[in-house]
Amino acid sequence: MKTAQELRDIVSQVRRDIVRMVHAVQSGHPGGSLGCAEYFTVLYHNIMEYTPVPFSMEGKDEDVFILSNGHISPVFYSTLAHAGYFDKSELATFRKLDSRLQGHPATEEGLPGIRIASGSLGQGLSVAVGIAQSKKLNNDNRHVFVLMGDGELQEGQNWEAIMYAGHNGVDNLIATVDFNKQQIDGSTTDIMGFHELRDKFEAFGWEVLDMNGNDVEAVEAGLNAAKAASGKGKPVLIVMSTEMGNGVDFMMGSHEWHGIAPNDEQLQRALDQNMVTLGDY
Amino acid sequence: MVNTEVLEKKDTRSGFGAGLLELGKTNPEVVALCADLTGSLKMDAFQKEFPNRFFQAGIAEANMIGMAAGLATGGKIPFTGTFANFSTGRVYDQIRQSVAYSEKNVKICASHAGLTLGEDGATHQILEDIGLMKMLPNMVVINPCDYNQTKAATIAIADHHGPVYLRFGRPKWPVFTAPDQKFEIGKAWTIQEGTDVTIVATGHMVWKAMEATNILEQQGLSVELINIHTIKPLDDAAILKSAAKTRCVVTAEEHQMHGGLGDSICQLLARNNPNPVEMVAVNDSFGESGKPEQLLEKYGLGTDNIVNAVKKVITRK
Repeated sequence: MKTAQELRDIVSQVRRDIVRMVHAVQSGHPGGSLGCAEYFTVLYHNIMEYTPVPFSMEGKDEDVFILSNGHISPVFYSTLAHAGYFDKSELATFRKLDSRLQGHPATEEGLPGIRIASGSLGQGLSVAVGIAQSKKLNNDNRHVFVLMGDGELQEGQNWEAIMYAGHNGVDNLIATVDFNKQQIDGSTTDIMGFHELRDKFEAFGWEVLDMNGNDVEAVEAGLNAAKAASGKGKPVLIVMSTEMGNGVDFMMGSHEWHGIAPNDEQLQRALDQNMVTLGDY
Repeated sequence: MVNTEVLEKKDTRSGFGAGLLELGKTNPEVVALCADLTGSLKMDAFQKEFPNRFFQAGIAEANMIGMAAGLATGGKIPFTGTFANFSTGRVYDQIRQSVAYSEKNVKICASHAGLTLGEDGATHQILEDIGLMKMLPNMVVINPCDYNQTKAATIAIADHHGPVYLRFGRPKWPVFTAPDQKFEIGKAWTIQEGTDVTIVATGHMVWKAMEATNILEQQGLSVELINIHTIKPLDDAAILKSAAKTRCVVTAEEHQMHGGLGDSICQLLARNNPNPVEMVAVNDSFGESGKPEQLLEKYGLGTDNIVNAVKKVITRK
């Protein structure tokens, strides 16, 4: 278990990795990645129990994480490296030819820690429900965690999965929606406002919790509260409020940094705002 | 001559149901998912016998495919069941990303394929599914010819690690293969050897090709008849060997001409040993309501169409 200060130091390093990775290839998605740095760090360091080496695709008797909004791959890859799934030096290959770190997460290259390809949105929750059901069949009492974007909830498949999980009481599933209220074309309020997430999920038979996603202590408390709410006949949803681009002031609060890379000067400003490093890749 | 005395007629979907039930008894990792068509897919026996390993997805096929990918991730061998239309076109992106690209051990089992679905009409008569599925990397595509072969194929694909598309149909159809056959994925089955022409058929059309073979043999032609139950991976060697001998090929399938078995055969021959090919398939149109036999006649998939295609292809040698 890491202290809050240790978690914040890892978050700083993860942010440095994100902006450096995206800057190096001048492509990728920094905004959503930065907004979820605290969630990933707390989940992999203080919540889930797992064995990174050797990596087991099946993940029997392990907690399992599925990323549905695959475009925030930079934060996922950085987290997996710092959790011991592979060496952090491999982060330098992100989005380059012959890399295991594809633009969007994939299994084909065999990157440890990735259990499903994601990028085409709206598919991860169904996969997580399936893994949760396999755990029940195996009498494996570990949890399945899944992260989705809020804009991603516009995909209809999510609502098929939400309906299924509620009806069937898939209560070893802890889903989190990254509620940053931004998507590529603007704010979710303007494009397809559906901010009554609690009402919607509760109507489908889910237990719903709220969480500030940009404070490591709040994330740890929220994820522990979700674990405590699991196993009671209902799937659990955390509505996680985050700031897109969190930790880099000029990227914060705007959809503009969804999918563009910083230039050299912007990279330096971003790194200057996250000085704590555990050693860059 | 081949034996076309009809001893018994059974639907291929019942072969799937029987195979799935047997797998339930022999392989504890096999699970089944269905999208509100349990009776139509003949999955009810499995559901009754193994309720904990059966997942009713409701009318929500995209979620069913995703859940199957998740169950496979967790070490299970999921068999999904719905109509061929809803097994492929409706969920293409889910299959592409969550199953094929992610290399998941999911068996997509599809009934009511093709025109022989009959009266429900073109909304349900998918004629593009073989093409959709064979284009996906990592995907195996199988279209067995009768009840016994469908049962054997169902059992065999559980032992193949990777995604499989298994296509079968609704109508009662002659049963002519052995009940205890060993099903080998990717292995062509030469029903009869001959020297004048090669007929390559898949699914229900194998029976039609057998009827055509007997008509042609009575007219003095020597026909080599091959049952291709596995469209991908195709048994290239068997087809090239036969075409080298007969120097002309007729293909027969209950599918669009574009993208089906005939398309694969043409590509194989054009690249290796060009010889004339005639294709008995649906020619770029949707189907309609009607009885299976009426539809096969109207859309050019009758026994006579195969006979005529053979006569034509021989003149092109």
